[in-house]
Amino acid sequence: MNQVRKLACVVVLVVCAMSAAANWLAPAGYAKQFREAPDAPPSRQHLLGTDEVGRDRFARVLYGTRISLLLAPAAALVSTALAALVGGLAGYLGGFWLRLARGFTDLFLSLPWLFLLITVRALLPLNVSPLTSVLITFLILGLLGWAASARVLSTSADALRNSDFILQARASGLHGPRLFLIHVLPNLKPVLYAQFWISIPVFILSEANLGILGLGVAEPLPSWGSLLRELEGLISFREEPWRLVPLLLLIVVMTSFQLLLSNEEVTA
Amino acid sequence: MPQQTMLPSKLQLWKIAKRVAQKLAAIAALVLLGGLLSATLVRMAPGFDADERQLDPGLNEESQRALRQSRAGEHNILSFYASYLRGAVHGDLGTSHALGQPVQSLLRERWPVTLRVAGIGLLLAWILASMLAITACLWRLPAFEIFGTTISGAFLCIPAAVLALLSVVLNAPGYLAIALIVFPKVYRYSRNLFAKAYAMPHITAARARGLSETRILARHVLPVAGPQMIALAGITVSIALGAAIPVEALCGLPGIGQLTWQAALSRDLPLLVNLTVMVTLVTLLANSGADVMVYMLARGES
Amino acid sequence: MKINRTGHPAFSRLLFCVALLSLGAAAFAQSGGELRFCLRSEPKTFDPLLVDDDSSLSIRYLTGGVLVRLNRHTQELEPELAESWKVSRDGKQITFKLRSGVAFSDGSPFSSEDVAFTMKRLMEPALHSSTGDAFRSGSGAVTAKIVAPDQIAITFPAPIAGLDRLFDQVAIMSAHSAKKEGAVLGPFMVAEYKAGSTLLLRRNPNYWKRDSQGRRLPYLDSIRLDIQSNRDVEMLRFKRGELDLINVIDSDYFDRLASSSPGLAHDAGASLDSDFMWFNQVASAPIPEYKRAWFRSRNFRRAISEAINRDDLSRVVFNGHAQPAAGPVSPANKFWFNSNLKAQPYRPDAALELLRADGFHLQNGALFDKAGNAVEFSIVTNAGGKPRERMAVMVQEDLSKLGINVNVVTLDFPSLIERISQKFNYEAAMLGFRNVDLDPNGQMNIWLSSAENHAWNPQQKSPDTAWEAEIDRLMRAQASAADPKKRKESFDRVQEIVAEQAPFIYLVNQNALSAVSSAVQGADPGILSPQTFWNADRITLNPTTRASR
Repeated sequence: MNQVRKLACVVVLVVCAMSAAANWLAPAGYAKQFREAPDAPPSRQHLLGTDEVGRDRFARVLYGTRISLLLAPAAALVSTALAALVGGLAGYLGGFWLRLARGFTDLFLSLPWLFLLITVRALLPLNVSPLTSVLITFLILGLLGWAASARVLSTSADALRNSDFILQARASGLHGPRLFLIHVLPNLKPVLYAQFWISIPVFILSEANLGILGLGVAEPLPSWGSLLRELEGLISFREEPWRLVPLLLLIVVMTSFQLLLSNEEVTA
Repeated sequence: MPQQTMLPSKLQLWKIAKRVAQKLAAIAALVLLGGLLSATLVRMAPGFDADERQLDPGLNEESQRALRQSRAGEHNILSFYASYLRGAVHGDLGTSHALGQPVQSLLRERWPVTLRVAGIGLLLAWILASMLAITACLWRLPAFEIFGTTISGAFLCIPAAVLALLSVVLNAPGYLAIALIVFPKVYRYSRNLFAKAYAMPHITAARARGLSETRILARHVLPVAGPQMIALAGITVSIALGAAIPVEALCGLPGIGQLTWQAALSRDLPLLVNLTVMVTLVTLLANSGADVMVYMLARGES
Repeated sequence: MKINRTGHPAFSRLLFCVALLSLGAAAFAQSGGELRFCLRSEPKTFDPLLVDDDSSLSIRYLTGGVLVRLNRHTQELEPELAESWKVSRDGKQITFKLRSGVAFSDGSPFSSEDVAFTMKRLMEPALHSSTGDAFRSGSGAVTAKIVAPDQIAITFPAPIAGLDRLFDQVAIMSAHSAKKEGAVLGPFMVAEYKAGSTLLLRRNPNYWKRDSQGRRLPYLDSIRLDIQSNRDVEMLRFKRGELDLINVIDSDYFDRLASSSPGLAHDAGASLDSDFMWFNQVASAPIPEYKRAWFRSRNFRRAISEAINRDDLSRVVFNGHAQPAAGPVSPANKFWFNSNLKAQPYRPDAALELLRADGFHLQNGALFDKAGNAVEFSIVTNAGGKPRERMAVMVQEDLSKLGINVNVVTLDFPSLIERISQKFNYEAAMLGFRNVDLDPNGQMNIWLSSAENHAWNPQQKSPDTAWEAEIDRLMRAQASAADPKKRKESFDRVQEIVAEQAPFIYLVNQNALSAVSSAVQGADPGILSPQTFWNADRITLNPTTRASR
């Protein structure tokens, strides 16, 4: 496992370094349209070919990595924290609070949030800077994505509340927030980790889908999500395998991250 | 509770009935609230009044005015909802704007499709995920661990629309796409829950005593991870319903997901309210069902 | 005559059989097989008089019988249920001589009573359909006078230019049949409808038309329409042979298909549709005053127009399957296009000159107006249409070379409509216009300054500018003139004013791209909707396909 972890570490570092060095590695930038060569296959000039309007795909992957790799985990953190707070606390407190929180999460899971997003877009000015738009989008995703795991957490925490070792801890004088932080929260780890790791790719993809509503990364700025949306078409991957590179990269990075961090701590 | 096995007394029965009634009342209240909230969300979103025909130069001024008037009855959301509920009590769920058909018949036609597709998809996802998760825990091979992480990660990273499209390309049934969308999520959770359960000290002790792996799984792991797995099962119902939207829309399956998508695009308020009410009901039933099972399990153990 | 008719087909059928046998095709049978293609959305209505959306329009075309038909190939009117017709000199009355011996699909006979009934329903004030509104010329009632069972005179309160052409859209309904819209006069009838999934049309056994050999049309037994909004899936199923036609395909798929199976992809040249953008000039719009001043300046609009590289748009976005647009009328509209107009060439230097004339200046590569405001605006467009999103991105890049910062915002359709037609909360918009009507009268509600669809500044009490007043005058003049030549003169001038003033900045006319499988015989894809199946009653399937379905 150790070697695997080393390899994963190298992968993550290389990807981070490359996206940080995007200005040097892809000096043409992500917005320049090589209109003489739209939809071009890989060449020395364009390592991953160009997109439909002739923009260098390699540059777009590098720049897109910056945004998505920074913001998606941040949003995932927000949603995980919310899940821990609502689900963990409700289970820990039990009784009325537990019922209330469960009703609330169930309701939250069923509402058509799409319309909230449409409303948010309407409240924002049209000339919002691309970066602001991305930040708001990921924040909303973080705020909306907690309910499912909160529901599972409430069950875990509920079981914990009545377990022997919490009763022991209570008997030894631990109460309130300290008990919650020291004994309850660490036991919710498996669900919290799952929530965190699932959220990252889900949020990366959702961001691109929100482009339909005029939210998310605005043109010409790239994101991993918008690069993956390129796959939503009838492309013959046998003829144009290079189009799969953004997807493969995302999978490799996500797997490396997981192997690097989560495993050790969950099994420990 | 040693008296547990005895027949419940009248008082206990009364208590149980009261609890059931309370629970049902709570579910009904939440469903009603869900309908109202969704109606409000739809009403507040821009484009509520908009109709594609407004851009049709073939319509004259008067027709345009009539078009704008046509939704006047839905402007006040409270009065809309009140009249909707009045109709619903008499068995009339309203008429869809976009499809011009009674909502009731639309729902009756389409629920079976979604129940089948999402149901089979969910079942497949669970079988796949739990098999993979249990094997990973039993084997504890790094290679298998990497395999599981990669494969579940891959399906998480592929956009749902691409998975649905792939199922069309490969002539695979729609439920397979739903299964593949839901599978990685189930796998991630269950893998972590199992890992946690296996890491508990008494498992190591049991192993040391030479207990077989299946016995360990049945006696020690499942009781620990069980309640959370059941809760997980509850929420995967709503995950599967969510996955049904792109899959049904792309695969041309006339189910609830496809209907939801159409209704959302055309701001079809009567249809959307009904759909939300139904989805809320299903979510609540699934999750409350899970809660009840967990509760019974806990009582059965003590 | 009648005897002749019954005798003739038997003989011709025999000949036909012999011909087929000699070709070695043993599969000739009575069965005409099933044609299959997709509708891209759920049909909103089956009532032919209320039709407004594309899917319902297709169904109406296939099932409805009309008095006269615009030939989609020649763009000329042809007799259909009316053997002949005559428009009075004042343009207020039209008289039809109807075909006799025709029956609806349910067997009820067709007569002038049905035409009168249809017109009466169509003109009901509460109906509100674009088909009906086209006939509303002035205040007063429309009367349909039944002269004889096969003759009817319809009188309108005011003259209507191009009156006879409008009847191409009016599917005649039965006055007496209990089946209402289920009784049709067209080649096919709705047999089965599964919402969200399929619609099955069966051949109308009573359809009146026969081919030159006297065989009853249509040749096909049925048409199966699958409701499928996703174009990728549609293309995939076409490639698999599950679908026979695609009415409109995107250019990237077109090229892929053309390279893999060249015979199936059809490019009929520029269509009537146009893509364009415009600036918001509404006085009450919630946008900064200085921006409104830019948008209301002719020089600014012309400069933007000149700074857009339309050749690149056609070449990159549409792979060459589009033509740079000259104005509101596509060159495909043979009669009404003003051939003096040329598409605006790409002239960024000239654009900058025009902007300088208005006091704009460049500073460190960014453009500023007289008062020192940086020139930045947003273009809203509908999400989901890949070609349009790409066009917006290319316009963004073109204008950035002028130092203008453009933000592209894609919105879902209802939000977009609310912004551009109710709240006027936008700066510039990019949309496409699906032109189904050749006649400029169909565009009245776009050009009149008082109209709702006068997109850049609708519902004006009195024309805001002299050129809009002039357009109003010319449009009214062409509508009331009976002489097509005079009408054309007026409308030519409208096209010129639009080019000079650039209230709409026309970008491209997309080509009519379609796909027809090799199983289909007799299709003649054209530029007018419905592109591939306008002659559906004469389309056949090849014997092997016929046998397999």
